[in-house]
Amino acid sequence: MHQRRVVVTGLGTVTSLGNDVASFWTNITNGVSGVSTIESIDTSDIATKIGAEIKDFDIEAYMPRKDARRMDRSSQLFWVATQQALADAGLSYEEDDPRALRAGVLAGTGIGGVQTIEEEMATMFERGPRRMSPHGIAKIISNMAGGVASIDFHLYGPNSTTVTACAASANAVGDAAEVIRRGAADVMVAGGGEASITRFALGGFSQARAMSTNNDDPEGASRPFDADRDGFVMGEGAAVLILEDYDHAMGRGADVYGEVLGYGMSADGYHITLPRPGGAGAARAMEAALAHAEMAPEDLDYINAHGTSTPANDRTETAAIKLAFEEHAYKVPVSSTKSMTGHLLGAAGAIESVACLLAIKNGVLPPTINYTTPDPDCDLDYVPNETREVGIRTAMTNSFGFGGHNVSLIFGAL
Amino acid sequence: MERSDIESKMKELLVEELGLDEDKITMDATFEEDLEVDSLGVVELLMALEDNFGVQIPDEEAESLVTVGEAVDLVQKKINA
Repeated sequence: MHQRRVVVTGLGTVTSLGNDVASFWTNITNGVSGVSTIESIDTSDIATKIGAEIKDFDIEAYMPRKDARRMDRSSQLFWVATQQALADAGLSYEEDDPRALRAGVLAGTGIGGVQTIEEEMATMFERGPRRMSPHGIAKIISNMAGGVASIDFHLYGPNSTTVTACAASANAVGDAAEVIRRGAADVMVAGGGEASITRFALGGFSQARAMSTNNDDPEGASRPFDADRDGFVMGEGAAVLILEDYDHAMGRGADVYGEVLGYGMSADGYHITLPRPGGAGAARAMEAALAHAEMAPEDLDYINAHGTSTPANDRTETAAIKLAFEEHAYKVPVSSTKSMTGHLLGAAGAIESVACLLAIKNGVLPPTINYTTPDPDCDLDYVPNETREVGIRTAMTNSFGFGGHNVSLIFGAL
Repeated sequence: MERSDIESKMKELLVEELGLDEDKITMDATFEEDLEVDSLGVVELLMALEDNFGVQIPDEEAESLVTVGEAVDLVQKKINA
């Protein structure tokens, strides 16, 4: 059977570094941090008081208030990224368009509508169940970003949601590519949205001792692979990629960012929050992605790391890269854009896929900022602090989620 | 409470609580067709009416409401009862 190829023809992003792809790329290639003191919620009794919040975003600039009220903020962000990505790809569907039956959605989110969970819980405890919003459940459930996107953008093909914590949208992109490969759709909206800068989520992650408490230096707090890293910094945002069957894209003369070459997954099978020491689990995901792409380790030109800035992740991911790439591990540039965007949790895989595709398209590697003190356990080329202009043809992004979910995606120039 | 007070409060609730477009709200406007209020929106409206007018409106009575004016009638009847 003819093997269908999957290409990326549109991108959309909303992050702390701007409400569109151009500002995201400009900022991450200029080493700009999106992290600041959190202003949207009271952090007075939470250990972590910093985050990468989206600034100057008003959902009513994109849709009437009546429609916005159906959605949790996480879904709203996904919606806006979807709108951008479809426009970038030059695709739009009317209700009666037969092509809409061949266009679907795969959305990923770590926690779903956590802001609404918090609001509705408060209402239930303070005023009773009969004062809860009739929209509450629909806003909370994790699949609603994809549900609303299918309604509003007329995407009537396969529609599903991945909820593998911080690997969620990497799974969404990978699964969406598989949907196209097996011929079940021609176009897939793939990505994720997360809006977890809430007292509930910040408090919970803080209690798990997973977050940086470097509150006095917000912009320096996310410092992946640096010896002084002390936890991740929560970010919020959404990223969407338009994946498209190669022939479908060529048939309509679409511009292509790159191709989805490989998708690898594994489970650590070790601990609910900690990575398996030594990185064997994560290494197997990278190896699976290489095998899927039919690539040798030395064929890979860039790794956008999971690189969360937690002590355990960055040490383990470094070890995993060495297991999977052997001597090439010391040659391939590895950077973590979480040093600038913070950790978008379930949306991380998608935003970092966007970073990989733009790195391929522009021949520029975004740096790992805040890298000042080497850690003996982290001894690879992390593209420290300075953007690097170097033509690349292939890039891999890693995403690892609580529960031990490991996902690696490989993209390539067409 | 005067009927005009109920009308203006009703408009305010439809804008504030349901996010409707103020220009579209007339006493003849239908919830379902003109204002595109779905079944979830009807529940929101009921809650808003109960909170703001101190009345109790059973679902059966709410289901029969077609226009904004009818909702005003119902609230007026409940207040005066």
